[in-house]
Amino acid sequence: MTQNTTIKAEGLHLTFDTNDGPVHALQDVNLEVEKGDFVSFIGPSGCGKTTFLRCIAGLETPTSGNISVNGMTPDEARRARAYGYVFQAAGLYPWRTIGGNIRLPLEIMGFSKSEMAERIARVLELVDLSGFDKKFPWQLSGGMQQRASIARALAFDAEILLMDEPFGALDEIVRDHLNEQLLQLWARTEKTICFVTHSIPEAVYLSTKIVVMSPRPGRISDVIESTLPKERPLEIRDSPEFIAIAQRVRDGLRAGHGYD
Amino acid sequence: MKSILPVLTVILAVLLIWVVAVVPMNIHLTADQAQRDGLVVTPDTAIARQEFSGIGLAIKNPRLIPLTYVGKRPNLPSPHQIATEIYDTVFGKKITSKRSLVYHGWVTLAPTLLGFVIGTVLGIILAVGIVFSRVMDKSVMPWAIVSQTIPILALAPMIIVVLGAAGVQGVLPKSIIAAYLSFFPVVVGMVKGLRSPDAMQLDLLRTYNASNNQGYWKLRLPSSTPYLFASLKIGISASLIGTIVAELPTGAKAGFGARMLVGDQYGQPILAWAALFAAAITAAALVGIISMIERGTLRQMGMKST
Repeated sequence: MTQNTTIKAEGLHLTFDTNDGPVHALQDVNLEVEKGDFVSFIGPSGCGKTTFLRCIAGLETPTSGNISVNGMTPDEARRARAYGYVFQAAGLYPWRTIGGNIRLPLEIMGFSKSEMAERIARVLELVDLSGFDKKFPWQLSGGMQQRASIARALAFDAEILLMDEPFGALDEIVRDHLNEQLLQLWARTEKTICFVTHSIPEAVYLSTKIVVMSPRPGRISDVIESTLPKERPLEIRDSPEFIAIAQRVRDGLRAGHGYD
Repeated sequence: MKSILPVLTVILAVLLIWVVAVVPMNIHLTADQAQRDGLVVTPDTAIARQEFSGIGLAIKNPRLIPLTYVGKRPNLPSPHQIATEIYDTVFGKKITSKRSLVYHGWVTLAPTLLGFVIGTVLGIILAVGIVFSRVMDKSVMPWAIVSQTIPILALAPMIIVVLGAAGVQGVLPKSIIAAYLSFFPVVVGMVKGLRSPDAMQLDLLRTYNASNNQGYWKLRLPSSTPYLFASLKIGISASLIGTIVAELPTGAKAGFGARMLVGDQYGQPILAWAALFAAAITAAALVGIISMIERGTLRQMGMKST
């Protein structure tokens, strides 16, 4: 393990026992994520991308194999609050204001009042929602709610950000905008981001590393290191380089489907 | 305001059916009385009149129809008789008088409210226990359900007699029966409410490494609020019914239940009906008050009422 390895999975297996027999959600998954990487997990439903993210978060326990997060077990990392997790739904509490929602993890972790206020202001500014802290979730659009949930995940300064299809429920225009903002945020905060998505352009646009997964059993079929520069305007999606990477992702997905 | 019109329509329809029904329901009694008062009635013996249906008799004696609405002891009192009785006994008597409906209302309302508070507190405590402890879930929940299958009418006198023997009298025995009926909807609603946060919400708290306590205060309790209010509305009316039932079989001298019983036993149906309506109005008012608090609270919490 190098100094910079943040997440390392070796020979990871995870089997769910269901009424229809065992389901191999993950089979022999090996992956290293370096500090500061932006890693996307892409694949069809049932390929285990969300399951793998949940393994990193310590929300699922692998059946066998090793996984370490910041040199700890995922459960230790969870207890050390090593990561922020963004779900597909914003999941803001309707009875709390936006500021109150961002305060939730800070209250649980026991930050001081003044530090809470300072952090809330800082992360709201990061997701471009300054001035919305007194608003209630229903007063915000879906995209703004999702940004607030990202702010909530950033508030306690975890090094790692785990995002499970955070923009999956949003329309494409809003999604483009949020992708752009997410890249800026990543550049400013230098976090390690693991990002689950269904969308090839989203994965290629955002990532330094694209992990292509395939289902039944869930496994990694290709890992693509992106050659795109760190500075990425939206127009980069029309460049030949971008299209070539997208092509490789598409091939990987198709190869994975060949098994069933 | 939009909801007023349908409600009024239903009330009007009920009143209409009622007013029409008064005639056949009372015509036999009215005919007997009219004959005693020297009016000509056809047919002219009570036994012969029994052969006729209420409607048939009314058609034969159209002059008697107005009299069916003003009988002293009708089978079915007319709406205006009940309204007059309620008006007289609410506004026409000093509220300390034994004939005042306000006095009787308070005698019933006080144990209702106390029982509602006891039932609600007990219900919430049990629900929290049930949600947090598998043992309680397995042991308490079945008994809570069984408790509601026992007819309260059979149980109420036992409770009052046992408590009376133990020296507990006054408001408390009635409150306990009210609480017995009102705790159950609170338990069921609160258990459902405390379990309402979805898997994602619970996972989010796990990612913060939040304790069970924090999860309870920050997520489960606020999430259960709409469920609690739905239960409270059922609970308060159950409380009122419990109190009235507690008054019925125990020879209570005051309260809505006592008035209904007295009215039935001494052949004063108007009195019984007035008490019945007063109880219904009280229940509606109590539910209305809780609905108002519900709307205010949920709006404050950014939620819609269920």
